[in-house]
Amino acid sequence: MLELQRVSAHYGPIQALAEVDLVVRAGEIVTLIGANGAGKSTLMTTLFGTPRASSGRILLEGEDITALPPHRIARLGMALVPEGRRVFAKMSVYENLLLGATPLEGAHVEENLQRVFSLFPVLETRRTQRAGTLSGGEQQMLAIGRALMSEPRLLLLDEPSLGLAPLVIRTIFRTIVALNREHGLTILLVEQNARQALKIAHRGYVLQNGRIVLEGSGAALLADPQVRAAYLDAAS
Amino acid sequence: MTAAALPAPSPLALRLRDALVITVLGGLLALPFIGLVTVEEGGALAVRTRWGAWAMTLVAIFLGRLAFRAALDAWRSRKPSHKSAAFSSTDAVLRRAAGTSLLAVALLLPIFFADNRYVIDTATTLGIYVMLGWGLNVVVGLAGLLDLGYVAFYAVGAYTYALLSTQFGWSFWAALPVAGALAALFGILLGYPVLRLRGDYLAIVTLGFGEIIRIVLLNWTSFSGGPNGIGNIPRPSFFGLPFARSAEGRTFHEFFGLEFSPMHRFIFLYYLIVALALLTHALVSRLRVLPTGRAWEALREDEIACKALGLNTTTVKLSAFATGAMLAGFAGVFFAARQGFISPESFTFSESATILAIVVLGGMGSQLGVVLAAAVLVVLPEVGRQFADYRMLVFGAAMVTIMAVKPTGLLARREPTVRLNPSRSSAP
Repeated sequence: MLELQRVSAHYGPIQALAEVDLVVRAGEIVTLIGANGAGKSTLMTTLFGTPRASSGRILLEGEDITALPPHRIARLGMALVPEGRRVFAKMSVYENLLLGATPLEGAHVEENLQRVFSLFPVLETRRTQRAGTLSGGEQQMLAIGRALMSEPRLLLLDEPSLGLAPLVIRTIFRTIVALNREHGLTILLVEQNARQALKIAHRGYVLQNGRIVLEGSGAALLADPQVRAAYLDAAS
Repeated sequence: MTAAALPAPSPLALRLRDALVITVLGGLLALPFIGLVTVEEGGALAVRTRWGAWAMTLVAIFLGRLAFRAALDAWRSRKPSHKSAAFSSTDAVLRRAAGTSLLAVALLLPIFFADNRYVIDTATTLGIYVMLGWGLNVVVGLAGLLDLGYVAFYAVGAYTYALLSTQFGWSFWAALPVAGALAALFGILLGYPVLRLRGDYLAIVTLGFGEIIRIVLLNWTSFSGGPNGIGNIPRPSFFGLPFARSAEGRTFHEFFGLEFSPMHRFIFLYYLIVALALLTHALVSRLRVLPTGRAWEALREDEIACKALGLNTTTVKLSAFATGAMLAGFAGVFFAARQGFISPESFTFSESATILAIVVLGGMGSQLGVVLAAAVLVVLPEVGRQFADYRMLVFGAAMVTIMAVKPTGLLARREPTVRLNPSRSSAP
């Protein structure tokens, strides 16, 4: 579904990604773990062309999207839930969701809205409320719901657990699994919360200083002594 | 009444300390301004001290500050921060009622003041500022792009009409769409180079753009008449009927069998600006509920999220600039037609600042707020005329008071653009 071939990215002279090879197959949950500043979020935004990959190729369902402008990429069935949620704070929940439907140019809005509301019933009760007044967890649900409004086949989640209470994190992760198992959505999940991410992922990649240093199945990475030492034990 | 109870130092002590600090600062400033005075002494200037007046000033500052704080605290504790999360519908009803009654007042005004040219003229000026405020509201309030050179588009509209009418004999109505389109083109022209800029950087560039337009108009004498401006701009006619005592063909008062009165034209101009302003309002409110307007607001909230959602931020920004500029262009045409004479003097930075003040004071993005703020900014200096020398002082004090009491503007609460039916059974 998504394939990165030797992708590098730079912020000015600083290299953020170094020849990253990564594959997400249809129907998978793939997770990308790594420390702060490893390049996880850069990888996500590079998929959307900001910053543009300085070398290498990005293929989405076989099509080369490396040089497409961001708003065109968003119309190809790939939706991003950005880091820090980035909901439109002064606009209502409903307006946020409508904006999520932009790539479809107004098609299937009603059905998708009902789908999002059945997934996150709390959003329906809050639909006239300003997004900025929602709790952190509700904002995360809104950000995911907004992304789902465009009927993506591939969902990119950038640190969905950021700043949330453990109980809320569990709900979010359960939803991610449900989206994958029941709705057949392919998911690329970037997380600092490595343990939980690896538990639900089919496969995982470990990013360090912009390079992929390890890859394997979720279970294998969970058991890997290197991963345990670097990302798991310290946290538990 | 228990306002937020302050710890350790009592509120009174805090207020006294605050007033004391302000008094010291004020005293330092007042020393040269009030404490020293120059007098003529045998043909030469000498400096005298006025300790008495200075002391009086200090007392006035101290007491004034105490009163100001007390009033401010009383105002704030009056309503314990009612930030209801949901958009309340009674609020919407109130707004609608206020809007409707304002409209009624606007439409009926000339009936009650048919002989009062001063009132009609002031109301017409107010109309121009309301229209400009609504136009700038698109750029600043909705799209969140700080534009300090908005007056440039107003100038483009005014000069377009002035030149087309004096050089080529175009009528007001023919020139209106052309001037709007040209102003929109200038909006896009400004928009392109500033696509990547935001906030203060954008403000600086737009400020420069406004000055460029004004300075070009000032110096390109063969084109714009330079500092002499353009005079004898034809006044708009009533669908072909001129407002004159006598003319070739029929005039307005002959056609309607009225006694000639110079007031007819002023009342017509007034209704014209009301109509233009209403058109602006209709356009902007309509755009707000369409995807275009939603995209503007989303851009203001978060540009990165916009890109991720597939919005083309380039077209969103340019459309906001173009729409705002077009509306300013329309207002400019009206301004030129009403004044009959324009020169670069009318398009200085202080105009841009006034329009921006209207938008900010009204509460960014609020249409009704713009009307109220424009009323404050246009009518207040007029009322202040009787205070002669203190006019600008009164004006400044009013601005400070509004910003101190309502820091987010007169009407800061944004209306949702879509409402759902409150009762709806959940889907199967």
